[in-house]
Amino acid sequence: MSDTGERGPALLSRLLSAYGMVGVLVLLAVFFSVATIQEQQPGGEAAARSVARALEATTLEGTTVVIIGRGGEEDARFADTLARRVRERTGVPPLVVTGDPADARTALGRLADQGVTRCVIATTQASAEVVRSILEPLPALAGARVVTPASYRWPTFLLPENLRNVANQIAVIAILAVGMTMVIVTGGIDLSVGSLIALAAVVTASLIGRMGGEGAGTGAMVLGGAATMALCSGIGAFSGLMITRFKVPPFIATLAVMQVASGLAYIISEGRPVYRIPQSFVLLGRGADPVLGIPWAVLLMGVLYAAAHVLMSRTTLGRYIYAVGGNAEAARLAGVRVAAVLLFVYAACGALAGLGGVVMASQLRSGAPTYGLMYELYVIAAVVVGGTSLSGGEGTIPGTLVGAFIIAVIQNGMNLTHVESYTQKVVLGLVILGAVLLDRLKQRGVGRLGRSQGPGG
Amino acid sequence: MPSPRNEAAPGGAAPLLRLEGVRKAFPGVLAVREASLDVRGGEVHALVGENGAGKSTLIRILTGAHQADGGTVELDGTPLRWTSPLAAAGAGIAAIYQELDLVPPLSVRANLFLAREDAPLGFIAAAQERRHAREALSRLGVDLDPGARVGDLDVAQQQLVAIARALLAEARLLVMDEPTATLASGDVERLFAVIHELRGRGIGILFVSHRLEEVMAIADRVTVMRDGSTLGTWPAHELTRERLVELMVGRPLEQEFPKVRVAPGVEVLAVRDLSGGRVSGASFSVHAGEVLGVAGLVGAGRTDLARLIFGADPVESGEILLDGRPVAIRTPRDAIRNGICLLTEDRKAQGLVLGLSARDNFALANLDRWSPWGWVRRGKELSEFERFVAGLRIRVASPEQPARDLSGGNQQKLLLARWLERDSRVLIFDEPTRGIDVGAKHEIYLLINELAARGKAIVMISSDLPEVLGMSDRILVMHRGRIAGEVPEAAAATQEQVLRLAVG
Repeated sequence: MSDTGERGPALLSRLLSAYGMVGVLVLLAVFFSVATIQEQQPGGEAAARSVARALEATTLEGTTVVIIGRGGEEDARFADTLARRVRERTGVPPLVVTGDPADARTALGRLADQGVTRCVIATTQASAEVVRSILEPLPALAGARVVTPASYRWPTFLLPENLRNVANQIAVIAILAVGMTMVIVTGGIDLSVGSLIALAAVVTASLIGRMGGEGAGTGAMVLGGAATMALCSGIGAFSGLMITRFKVPPFIATLAVMQVASGLAYIISEGRPVYRIPQSFVLLGRGADPVLGIPWAVLLMGVLYAAAHVLMSRTTLGRYIYAVGGNAEAARLAGVRVAAVLLFVYAACGALAGLGGVVMASQLRSGAPTYGLMYELYVIAAVVVGGTSLSGGEGTIPGTLVGAFIIAVIQNGMNLTHVESYTQKVVLGLVILGAVLLDRLKQRGVGRLGRSQGPGG
Repeated sequence: MPSPRNEAAPGGAAPLLRLEGVRKAFPGVLAVREASLDVRGGEVHALVGENGAGKSTLIRILTGAHQADGGTVELDGTPLRWTSPLAAAGAGIAAIYQELDLVPPLSVRANLFLAREDAPLGFIAAAQERRHAREALSRLGVDLDPGARVGDLDVAQQQLVAIARALLAEARLLVMDEPTATLASGDVERLFAVIHELRGRGIGILFVSHRLEEVMAIADRVTVMRDGSTLGTWPAHELTRERLVELMVGRPLEQEFPKVRVAPGVEVLAVRDLSGGRVSGASFSVHAGEVLGVAGLVGAGRTDLARLIFGADPVESGEILLDGRPVAIRTPRDAIRNGICLLTEDRKAQGLVLGLSARDNFALANLDRWSPWGWVRRGKELSEFERFVAGLRIRVASPEQPARDLSGGNQQKLLLARWLERDSRVLIFDEPTRGIDVGAKHEIYLLINELAARGKAIVMISSDLPEVLGMSDRILVMHRGRIAGEVPEAAAATQEQVLRLAVG
């Protein structure tokens, strides 16, 4: 028996299983970063800083500085920042024009009429063309310089907006995947989560609609979300009851619940989207925290993952979940309340699906019975890509997070590189297959080592 | 003292199978160092050795599951190197393992012809198959309906189906790995009759077993393995059981059953008229410091009785008393909280969660006690684990080693540690030494002694009659779900006395 000779390979395989998928995620991120490197036009403050740097070499005394931007928040920030910089240097506030090209034309026309010749026009790349076309028929301003922010080469994938986008896209799937991981670790499966998203979105929207509609207060929205989660948790517990009490296979029980939940979503909404939700409700799905700019949905996801990881690795309940998945009969004979563990897991999975539905309703500011279609498959894919075994007993919460991100990065990356949506499906399917194959190969390697250690006699 | 000999086959006939200097290493371990033996046609050749001696690896090389690193394997004088179990089967080598590779939902006939169906154009020639199946079964003297579902047969019958399948595949060498481990004594006799029949037909049989009485009874020659090497081959009639044990462990062995008698204390567990499942009307009691042996044939209801007391199966009627007070036990959890524990006969299916670590398996029944708020106290867990690893001399590479990778003896000790940590007062052992090698068996016996000395009440179910006689204070014998009788003085009892009760 090789009590010592086993350590090296065992450690290696543990590292592989813990970080293998992280490596894949990093490689994907690097790949899509390289593939999406292109000229980037800065906007907002960055654009203002760039223009200010370009103007440093120019004497601005006796020169009229005009800042032209379009309407919109980003251009407003560009204009404000740049205006402040210019005033600090010259002491004279520049002329700021934001809005339609017509506004810019009027302003520049007035300058030409006033006989201004020394003139610097700062604008964004996007508006530069328009500005130049306005200047053409104004010979008085032929000497005017048009300054735009310098463009730079940078991967579109790595732009902060895009990363935020990836995180937002994945939030719902990732939240559901927490519950699904627990279910799959017990050796089960929950096919009803996609339908529960739809049901939760419809129920939340309807409840908020009843409690004041567009004028509903924060309390009503929180209450609506909580009641929805409780309902979905109850539905999950119902699946759990069918599985534990009546020994219905999880696949069948949750397949039935999937149909029922979807049907209920259509009945409640009468087949139409429910819109009567206050604007403030979108804070959960689209808003971001004011300090670091991290979306609330992503923060919520992070908190859930941390809590679930602690639950699975540090609490007795977590240990029991693994034991039930590894060998339910042995767990029962060791005194574990197997039925209670399963009931908890399915109820938690339902509650998290309900939360996912609330987040989605918030992102889309409506609830419709068509939401969450096929989501159960994306969620299961994320869990499996994250290294959880469908036969139960093994898998980790951080692994699932990595799995969810792998799927999100691939989807986002393919969007950025303009891969057709039909092709995307094919690629995604192959990725899932590849992840599972990788896992199998790894396990076969470990299994071979493990056998060598078994009793020889 | 006989010395090893490898005499030529009688009449100069070449052996059916010859292994010479076979070697096999796995990363970090040399499983088979140097193995040589030969099996003749029409011979029962026993291969014995402790767990870890390399028998299983050698068998896997023979059956194509592993490839040897060195040495030669010859079948009928032709050197062979099969690369898969299928290739070995094609060469005429069949194996009967402890876990039979049959498909339970299929019929006997379907199993017999699995992957060898006579099926022109994909249609199975059913009538012809049925006839062949009947022939094959009756040649073995077995009366089985080819249409019966294999899952409905008992283990002994399933084993005969597996043997019949090997015959139909025209196997010339049959490797039997612990074929009697799961059989009751009546079934063992039937199996031996079948083995005699096979021997008469010139089939070579490599018989691997821990049960030395059986080896002495059935084998023509015996090869002993120790530490990955074969020590030699002896004609069975030149060996005694004691000599064989000495060869296996490499040193003279102390007394096989080191029974220490403890003066029994107060009554701890009593069962009154307990019925449920196969058991009906069972009444008995166990005292502190007492080892109560439970004997009987397989299917007599011994395991069922244990499961009833442990709350694993529903009780129909009767009561269970602890310290004279009736207790309500509806689930294993209730039993555990009352200080009753069960070491199941099937460690892998019902005892351990094989994929989890040794530490997790040890902790499983104790987490609720250590962790009142559901928070695992990892320091406590680890220190308790280390304490038992040292105390019970459990061989684990690390606390994180999967339970799957432990040897049978260490798995059993790990489960025992789990229940001792729980401070159980009533310990029910179901086949405590099944599939465990001689050395580890001895350690388990010493532990049973120690537990009795500490005042635990012990119920020991065993199909190994010498073990029941040697280790119990008192013996209950079960027959068809009832307690057929009691042998008050195990030390003075004979195997015949127990057997007579067991067969009713």
